Amino acid sequence: MDYKAPNSIDEAVKLLAEAKGAARVLAGGTDLLVQIRAGLAKPPLVVDVKNIPELRKISTDSDGIHIGAAVSGAELGEHDEVKAAWPGVVEATELIGSTQIQGRASLGGNLCNASPAADTVPALVAAGAICIIAGPDGQREAAVEHVATGPGQTTLKNGEFVTEFRLPKKLPRSADAYLRFIPRTEMDIAVVGAGVYLTLDEKGVCQQARVALGAVAPTVLLVGDGSKAIVGSSLDDAALDRLKAAASAACNPIDDKRGTVEFRVSVAGVLAKRAALIAKQRAEVN
Amino acid sequence: MKNETQEFKWVGKRPIRPDGVDKVTGRAKFGADMHLPGMLIGRVLRSPHAHARIRSIDTTKAASLPGVKAVVTGSDFPPPPPPVWQAAGEVPVNFRDLARNVMARDKALYDGHAVAAVAATSAAIAEEAIDLIEVDYEVLPHVIDVKAAMKPDAPLLHDDLFTDGVSPKPDKPSNIAKRMEFAVGDIEAGFSKADVVIEREFTTKPVHQGYIEPHACVVDSSEDGRLFIHCSSQGQFMVRQFCARVLDVEISKVTVVPAEIGGGFGGKTTVYLEPTAGLLSRITGRPVKMVMSRTEVFRASGPTSGGATKIKIGATKDGTITAAQATLAYQAGAFPGSPIGPGCMCAFAPYNIQNVNVVGHDVVVNRPKVAAYRAPGAPISEFGVECVIDEIAEKLSIDPIALREKNAARQGTKAYYGPTFGPIGFVETLEAAKQHPHYSAPLGENQGRGVASGFWFNIGGDSSASVHINEDGTATVIEGNPDIGGSRASLAQMAAEVLGIDYDKIRITVADTSSVGYNFLTGGSRVTFASGKAVIEAANGAISELCARAAKLWEIDADAVEWVDGEARPAGDNAGDFEPMPLSTIAGASGKTGGPISGHASLNVKGAGPGFGTHICDVEVDQETGRVSVIRYTAVQDVGRAIHPGYVEGQLQGGVAQGVGWALNEEYIYDKDGRLDNPGFLDYRVPVASDLPMIDTVLVEVPNPNHPYGVRGVGEVPIIPPMAAVANAISDALGVRLKDLPMSPPKVLASLSNGGSRTPS
Repeated sequence: MDYKAPNSIDEAVKLLAEAKGAARVLAGGTDLLVQIRAGLAKPPLVVDVKNIPELRKISTDSDGIHIGAAVSGAELGEHDEVKAAWPGVVEATELIGSTQIQGRASLGGNLCNASPAADTVPALVAAGAICIIAGPDGQREAAVEHVATGPGQTTLKNGEFVTEFRLPKKLPRSADAYLRFIPRTEMDIAVVGAGVYLTLDEKGVCQQARVALGAVAPTVLLVGDGSKAIVGSSLDDAALDRLKAAASAACNPIDDKRGTVEFRVSVAGVLAKRAALIAKQRAEVN
Repeated sequence: MKNETQEFKWVGKRPIRPDGVDKVTGRAKFGADMHLPGMLIGRVLRSPHAHARIRSIDTTKAASLPGVKAVVTGSDFPPPPPPVWQAAGEVPVNFRDLARNVMARDKALYDGHAVAAVAATSAAIAEEAIDLIEVDYEVLPHVIDVKAAMKPDAPLLHDDLFTDGVSPKPDKPSNIAKRMEFAVGDIEAGFSKADVVIEREFTTKPVHQGYIEPHACVVDSSEDGRLFIHCSSQGQFMVRQFCARVLDVEISKVTVVPAEIGGGFGGKTTVYLEPTAGLLSRITGRPVKMVMSRTEVFRASGPTSGGATKIKIGATKDGTITAAQATLAYQAGAFPGSPIGPGCMCAFAPYNIQNVNVVGHDVVVNRPKVAAYRAPGAPISEFGVECVIDEIAEKLSIDPIALREKNAARQGTKAYYGPTFGPIGFVETLEAAKQHPHYSAPLGENQGRGVASGFWFNIGGDSSASVHINEDGTATVIEGNPDIGGSRASLAQMAAEVLGIDYDKIRITVADTSSVGYNFLTGGSRVTFASGKAVIEAANGAISELCARAAKLWEIDADAVEWVDGEARPAGDNAGDFEPMPLSTIAGASGKTGGPISGHASLNVKGAGPGFGTHICDVEVDQETGRVSVIRYTAVQDVGRAIHPGYVEGQLQGGVAQGVGWALNEEYIYDKDGRLDNPGFLDYRVPVASDLPMIDTVLVEVPNPNHPYGVRGVGEVPIIPPMAAVANAISDALGVRLKDLPMSPPKVLASLSNGGSRTPS
């Protein structure tokens, strides 16, 4: 196995494009190194992207917030601006692993590992985040929900890797929230995850909403019926019940060691409802 | 409640453990920390099948890989010893089966069963070689579930296994290795006197001890056939004996050096890697190191049994239990030897019941052979019993602690399994629980409170120790039990108390098998009790010698000297004739009075004090997700006397933590092919620290009269009550009784949709 740590995006693209066999991108390594040690991944080349300055930066401009794909969970968790604008995304990031893992885990890794249970992905999808992808043909943008296509599978082409996430500029009276269900309190993987973003008008009526679910289908789901259920409402009980039903109806999970189909379907609705309530409370005060 | 009496200088205090500095600085050497010159790395090839005949194994390719020094399979081991059972750990061992568990012979009996091993110059080469071994398997039907294994048409693991304990002797082999029965009184007459009879069926899953340190060893075989073994275990003498038997060598040729142990909980009372490493070392003439991965620990080392139990209890309206019956089936794993015996004996032991009938079955299934785990067998049977007792209390509208008090075993109660109890503290634990503020604290919405009790025998057994007086007046204590619960501290405290010198003047060493007399392993909650007695006796032996030396210096009779507060004093007619002589003075002069001063003891210690505990647990249930959170927990236990209360409290807290994991989330998940699907700490969910509240402890001290300081074993009782305490608390919160462990969120949620809740949100 070869290891390279390039200092620029172009160099990384070149290494990945020219690699013989399936090279892997290393950011924090909290998934990749485990897979290598367990013998599940045997990449001929590992390209460490942590030395590329753009991938380690958080910046803000008129478009919103730019987060480098290799920024660690701990860095994100201490960034006041991101926390204030997108608390759900930051919460989701901080749920990954433990304090030690937080020093390494990244949004880019969480997305490109393409686990349906990735915590940050439903939060990013609900937030309407896009990612910037570098490749041999230059840069392209993609909505976060369009990157993973199934467990371990992505739309990234040979030589491509994610360099940055862009979160939209925060609107007044808007907020996001993310909740996940695990049997323990930490150090676990989501059995169900639910991210909700919404905006309210001055009367408290929901103007826009995005509802995303994790671990209930081969990819993270953006639940259109979930937003329909609450847009136009003041998130009253009836609307929340509609949201719950829509979220449950959207699920297409499997039975596995982490949960049954029946359980996941039921809990997805519960978490979507609870996340919407948290987002509402946040939106009301900012 | 803690009785930290002032009559002792060291007993009952909380000094820093002697091994503490090395453990917090990383200096302590655990199983995998040994490196020897020329050392090879060993790896094991494990069966991917739950049940398969091994037609052939081709090791040619593996053996020819550069860097590979040896490849072994079952046929390279000496023939397994005869299948004779003997007491060896907390559960009996049969060396034929032990040898076949260490390395499969004709059949692989579970996913993870060792079928071959290699030694190579690096781990990478050893791993590559493992992949080159070609095994031709004939996959056989398998059986994982205990009830399925008991059916007449179940796939048979062993065609020479006939159910023991039934007459006439069966003519057909069976997966039921043994049937046993304990009975007193007239069970039917007892039930006919009852006003309420409740019968329930329960299941529990196998759970792993979850020690953080995987099994690890380095074995060096010398040219003259001696074996040097450095490993982490709960008993260096156990490792010595087991390896000697499996490798067919004399015990005197085997030296086992005990490493520090990173957790055992019963799981390190047997061997897995050491005989194989020994064989590889014998063949290569080089030291061989073997360390299990976490996956191997789960796939191949023993959890405790899963069980299926049926519990029936009858009581009169006033709460008097008139009859109690249990039918138990325990998974033994691939070879006979589940802890069904203690399971049968403990089930109803906390109670004085006139009519009892308990039938137990030891059942083989295609899973790893079970190993001891904290009070082996008892939690499985007592879980069901404590749930049914709670249900009877509810039905009769009697407080659950009061119901237990009414039926509690006391001094003089003859237990249905045989003995008559001496002084025991069960009633005292109930009383303390009832008086504890926790028991009357208000509960919030979706919260419930449960109570459960537990009993464990505790044991004594063989212990040896030496006490050497050093020339500067310090002392060395040499003992032979790996320290898994603070026993260096408690033994040193007792030595300090007896000798009358300061605790920090004592250096205590857990010696290798060639440096101290025989010690039974660390298990059965025996060390502070039994090895404590050996240390006390050895210290008293040293004191006799110290008095004799003082007498010599004073030129008076030895029996005219007494030992008080760490110094010799003239006594009797000579009282006051000489200034008291401190230990350091006598030690400094030992060269002139007869040489080194020491005391030794080798004992078979009897009279272990039975242990009882009563726990109170509060839970909060999320009715929409089925998630159960333990929000408050109090463990009350009769500990005889806490030599080091801090470490006793730690034992109680640790037992509760493991019990809560057993109750809520821990389980082995097998796929349809009988392969373990969750061999890691991610999906085998032991509780993490944030899953538990601070566990409050109450130490009740009813001294054991068979120990100079009143010690009872404490380490095992606390894992018994939690499962029922949690289940009873969930019942209190929801009005739903869960009978299948673990009570994981999907099960709790399903029970709510099936049974409804008492206090809907």
